[in-house]
Amino acid sequence: MSAAPEVLLPSSADEAVSLFGDGADVTVVGGGTIVLPELTYGRLKPTRALLLHRAGLAGISRNGSTVTVGATTSILDLSRERAPVGPCAANIADLEIRSQGTLAGNICAGEGPDAPRGDLQGPLLALGATVRSAGQGGTTTEPLEEFLPKRRSRLLLDVSFEEPAAGAFAALGRPHTHDYTALAVSAVRAADGSIRLAATGVGWWGTRLPSAEAAAGDPEAAGTAALADVTLHDDALASAWYRERTLPVLVRRALAQLEESA
Amino acid sequence: MKLTVNGIEREVESAPLTPLLFVLRDELEVESPKAGCQQGGCGACTVLVDGEPRRSCLTPVAAVEGAQITTVEGLGSPESLAPLQQAFTHHYAAQCGFCTTGMIMAAQAYLDHGGTEDREAIQSALAGHVCRCTGYVKIVDAVSAVARGDSFDLTVTAESHDTTNVGGTK
Repeated sequence: MSAAPEVLLPSSADEAVSLFGDGADVTVVGGGTIVLPELTYGRLKPTRALLLHRAGLAGISRNGSTVTVGATTSILDLSRERAPVGPCAANIADLEIRSQGTLAGNICAGEGPDAPRGDLQGPLLALGATVRSAGQGGTTTEPLEEFLPKRRSRLLLDVSFEEPAAGAFAALGRPHTHDYTALAVSAVRAADGSIRLAATGVGWWGTRLPSAEAAAGDPEAAGTAALADVTLHDDALASAWYRERTLPVLVRRALAQLEESA
Repeated sequence: MKLTVNGIEREVESAPLTPLLFVLRDELEVESPKAGCQQGGCGACTVLVDGEPRRSCLTPVAAVEGAQITTVEGLGSPESLAPLQQAFTHHYAAQCGFCTTGMIMAAQAYLDHGGTEDREAIQSALAGHVCRCTGYVKIVDAVSAVARGDSFDLTVTAESHDTTNVGGTK
């Protein structure tokens, strides 16, 4: 590290929002698992770094059927939640990284240099989660889908969703615990009986699968229909060819898990 | 900024975003945490922060201000090795030694949290730690032996119990 960045250490959520301001020139550090190697290898030279560990943004709270997860809640804490969030979080990296990495870091990281990241986007899209964030225009709450394209310019505060009637998570195996998951499908049966599906690994961030949802009554048809919802690509983890063949399988597995948990 | 390292309070002058790894090695001269990949992928820099295993290369020092940091120097001394250090010696679980301190710290946290001799549970706890000598079988043997409460006579060395599982942990 050459020129030392200005380091901001808010001790409350309000102070974090105020220091973040409109987000210009601010690098947000949650657990540090993504930012620190960028600093060590000189790929990132922040002007101002906002460290969130004392900002009081960690924790999972429940109000009736609504679950609210604070931005700096650890991946490890999320791994104890019900499907699809719990099994997805448990499938991220190793124990130490799960203890340190945060919800907001995972959601906001988005694409990596050579493969998609943001594992938790899939489960949270399937849950129809909303994101509360701060930045230009003040504090807003919006669906995760609308937040994702803006995630680099806003400060995520928390994510909320309704506890589902049932949830499921199906992923391709990883060759090693440190590899990102090449493809995963999350499924949710909401309290009203509707089924929602989302995938990670089919594009640069998580994607809802509306055509598969419409066909969810027939898992075979839903698996095939999912291909219409995605644009597949090659990356360091898997080829588009491989993803085309495995996405229908994962959709079927996730729907079968939902069925079993009924 | 203050840190307590192996029970001794230390004053730190490094910049707040400096990885804990470099604060320990370069400023405080506590050199058991190894600088391997320096991006969280090898486990060799693992230390305990308030009893929990952490990658010191991924931890900005400002995030652990006031914390209790434990490295392998804080577990035992050459005259009085901690049980895991004895077990690693007895079972030949250290080959080149580069990954060993990280393995021992993660294993210590595993045992402190009530970890058992179950090999799969040990593999899961150590999954993020890479041994490029691929000596995993003996490492799991050593951790398992401590969990079992074995005592070690360091004048003799254990036979390898399991020569069939050459693939070791994942």
